[in-house]
Order: sequence, then C-alpha cells, then structure tokens
Amino acid sequence: MAGILTYSEMDGLALELLTASAAIAEKSDVSVHAVTINNSEQAAALSAAGAAVYAVQKEEIVLGDTAAVAGAITQLMNRADADVVLISSNRRGKELAGRLAQAAGAGCLTDVSGMTLTEGKIICERNALGGATVVTQYIEGKKIIAVRPRAFTPPAQSGGGSIESVDVEVQSTGVKVLEFVPKAGDSVNIEEAAILVAVGQGLADQAGLTEVQELAAKLGGEVGCSKPIATDKKWLSEERVIGLSGKKCKPELALLFGISGQVQFTVGIRDAKIIAAVNTDENAAINYLADYVIQSDMHQIIKEMNEKL
Amino acid sequence: MNIVVAMKQIPDLQQIRIRNRKPVLDGVPMGFGNIDKNALEAGVILKEKLGEGKVIVVSVGNQEVEETIKEALAAGADEGFLVIDEAEAAMESSRAALILAESIRTIEEPGIILFGEGSGDNYSGQVGSRVAQILNLPQVGYVSSIEVEGNTALVSRSLEDGEEKLQVSLPAVFSVLADINEPRIPSVTQILKAGKKPKEVMELDDFDMDLDTGARVETVSNLAPESNRKQIKVNTVDELIQSLKTEGVI
Repeated sequence: MAGILTYSEMDGLALELLTASAAIAEKSDVSVHAVTINNSEQAAALSAAGAAVYAVQKEEIVLGDTAAVAGAITQLMNRADADVVLISSNRRGKELAGRLAQAAGAGCLTDVSGMTLTEGKIICERNALGGATVVTQYIEGKKIIAVRPRAFTPPAQSGGGSIESVDVEVQSTGVKVLEFVPKAGDSVNIEEAAILVAVGQGLADQAGLTEVQELAAKLGGEVGCSKPIATDKKWLSEERVIGLSGKKCKPELALLFGISGQVQFTVGIRDAKIIAAVNTDENAAINYLADYVIQSDMHQIIKEMNEKL
Repeated sequence: MNIVVAMKQIPDLQQIRIRNRKPVLDGVPMGFGNIDKNALEAGVILKEKLGEGKVIVVSVGNQEVEETIKEALAAGADEGFLVIDEAEAAMESSRAALILAESIRTIEEPGIILFGEGSGDNYSGQVGSRVAQILNLPQVGYVSSIEVEGNTALVSRSLEDGEEKLQVSLPAVFSVLADINEPRIPSVTQILKAGKKPKEVMELDDFDMDLDTGARVETVSNLAPESNRKQIKVNTVDELIQSLKTEGVI
C-alpha cells in the first residue's frame, strides 16, 4: 500500500472515513490524505481531527458533475501516489465510486459495511445476492472502496492536522446544475432511532398508521416500513424504507408488524439487538429471524400495546 | 436518437436457497433485475414521447440470456444486443462495463443510455458510472425524472437531502431509481411477438477488446449471515411487553 486518500462531500461521513483509514493504515507505513473539494469548513474540521488535508478550491468543479469530481481525485491519487481511495457509500459517493475506479484503473467495492487489514490485504464485507449473503472480498491492484455511512464512528478531536491547498485541472463533462431543491417535510433519519416500529403489507389501510405512529411515539421510536408500503402504496415516505434499497438500521429494538421477512427487507434490520415480530402466518420467514414472535393480527396487537404502554 | 438500456441477467432471488450457509444457485432461473425493468420502462416512455428512435437493450450473460431478453422485448424494447460471456469473472463490474461500453459503441446514435440504480443481486451500482467514464460521457445517477429537449436532457438526481435539477448534454448515461415508474406488464400478444423482434448475439471473440482491467476483486467467502435469534413464541401482549422489559429495550 503506497498511500490512502479519503473523500466525502458530507462533513460527517468525511470524518468517519478518517477512522476507516486508520483501521487499514495503522499496521503499515502509509500516508493518508483527506481530500476536500470547495469546502473549507470541512477541511478545517478534518484538520482539527488530525488529518492531512488536500484542499481543492476550484469553483468550476461542481459536485453534480461526477466526471469532474472523479477527474480531480484521480489527479490527487497520482500526486500522493495513493493506491487506495475510501469514499462514503451515500448516493453521490456510490455514483462517484464506479467512475473513479474506471478512471484510475482500479477495482471497486461499494456499500462496504466492514473492513480489516489482514496480511496486507484490505478485507471488505458487503451484502450480496439481494442481501441473502454477506460476501467477503478484497481487491488486487488499485482500490476504490465506498464505505457505508455509520460503519465507522468519527474520530475524537486530536489536532495535529494540516491543510495543503492543491490545484487540479478540471475535466468537465456536459452537466450543468440548475438548482437544488431540499427535501421538504419528512426529514426523519430512521438509521439513528433506538426503537423502530416497522410495518409491512399486513397493514390493512393507511388509516391504520395512526395507531402505529402512536405506538412509536409511546416507545420514543420512529416508524419504518417495508418497500411496498412506500413505493407501491405511498403511505409512508421513501425515507422510512428499511432494506436493501432503503436504510440499514441497527436499533436496540425492532417491532415488526405484518412483515413476512423477505431478505430484501431483513438485510436492513438484521443488525437490531432485539427483534419482535407480529404476523398471522406461522411459516413467515420473519419468525425465524425474530427473538419474540406473536402469531396474531397486527392491528389487534398494536391496539393492545397502545392501551398497555 | 436511439435509447440504450443496459440490463443485467441475474438469478431469481426468490428462488435462491441457502444450504450450510451457502447459496444454492443450481437450477435457479435467470431473469432481469427489478430496477433494470424500471430503466427499460423509462426508455420506452421516452421513446413514446420522442416519437422516434428505437429502444435497444444490451446485456451480457450466459447462453440463457437469449431467452431472458424476451422479457425485455415483450415489455417494449425494439431490439436486443447480447454478448455471451460464460467466464466465471463475467459478473465482475469492471469486465461487464468494458463489454457493455464496447457493445454501445456499435449502436447508431445512442442518445440516452439507461441503467438501473443497482442490480438486483449485487446492488453495487458501479457499471453505469464505469461505462460513462469509458465512453467519456456525462452521467447522472439516482434519476427520478428525465425530459428530453433537443440535444439536452433535464434530469433530476434524487439525493438523501434533496433533488438536484440538472441540464445534461446528450449523449449521456443515466441510472434511474426504482420508483421512477411502474414497469408495464406485457400482454400475451406482446409476449408472442417478442420472439420475432430482432436480436444480435455476439461472442466475446467478435470484439477486439482487452479485458485485463488492471485490478480485480477476489472473493474469500460468500455466506448467509448466521442468525442466532431466540425465536420465542409469545401468546399475549402482556407477555411480549414483559419480555422486552426484561431485555432492557423498553
């Protein structure tokens, strides 16, 4: 390993990547640089956390132009003689990962949930086959690794960092950002909830959500759902979807109502400390993935729980 | 202007069984991933709006892809362009991207190249980005809407905290979200006609292509996660509440 770069456009995730880089760099003598693009506040925060920062300030590079960002990072890989780039596996990061890998002639893994250095290899874990399996892989050659948000915690402020302004050539393609419309309304982050009350297709109608929300509120938790409840029925926002194409959650308690337990869903909840499931189907897959199971009508159980809690 | 839709042949995830923590893929039928079907639908809708051009599906897969492509031809694609690759490494993103990009180069006037946001099996989401880089084209991922205006497209990229509205010069590569549309269900007539639609089937040897990508992904293991859940049946709400209290989670 020659050198490591880290990059995320999100300040919090950029800090998490510092911890991730430490996990793979501590045993070898490698240089680590954190890249920031048009974000002096992030550069300051990373430096305060002990990072050596490459700060790019070039207004022509817009984050919406993935090719321009990939081009800038490729140039910095050469500058730092880096053969590993860690980026955050949020949407922008995942989109960037493939382009950067192709530009740098690198192998690429995205949605990496765990990473260790073993015999000089960076061993990565990620979900495969729609979440049915966890695959353990490593990359031979240059590596672009997109690390899932919250897989690593941000480091404590340690000081001792530095900021170096660096210049790059802009390799832009024909993308022009017209405007950014912030998401209105549902700004919930179910990934951070200690208790999740999740509903699936067993929920009879949208009106039934009132009691689900009441239960979540009583427990101090949030409401989540399986994909069809948001995508097909549109009863809840996409923000609340748990699973492969939704959020991967690690609550202390997951209460699952009317959810059969297809792997595309369970992949988003299987790290919960305790899972309780309510389902009318005695053979539902979720019964084998739960700590406590009640075979009963979810609406009745929710009503009773609301009365008793 | 033609619309290219890249679709990945994957095993039917509902039919994969786990034995000794290992996935059993023998006999599992192949099909296209769900989000790829959203990409196809987006392509068919665009073509209908434009009133010109064709929707051409490109796919790399094993021999069965000649059968799998019929799904797409029934659901609105006009032509199929298939590359047979039986190699074990066939599913590696870097290799698939090279082959797809080479295939797209042979297609006349590809104005819009569509992918799903991630394949149904790996959901790695790299291939679209890699193809855009190889072909030196602009790209937008996580697209929730596309409108074509002459030689540009107005697209919306759906991010965690908002929608980014972009103007993109064509040709361009877009990866669409699963909720961009509801794929149509083909009629019986369409399914019957699908077999007669043109499809080109290529072997790897038909291309002059260097498939050495300089780096490769090695797999150490691929196992179902162990579940050590208690699986305790409880009969009443009182019992459940008591159990959760004992666990210290409520």
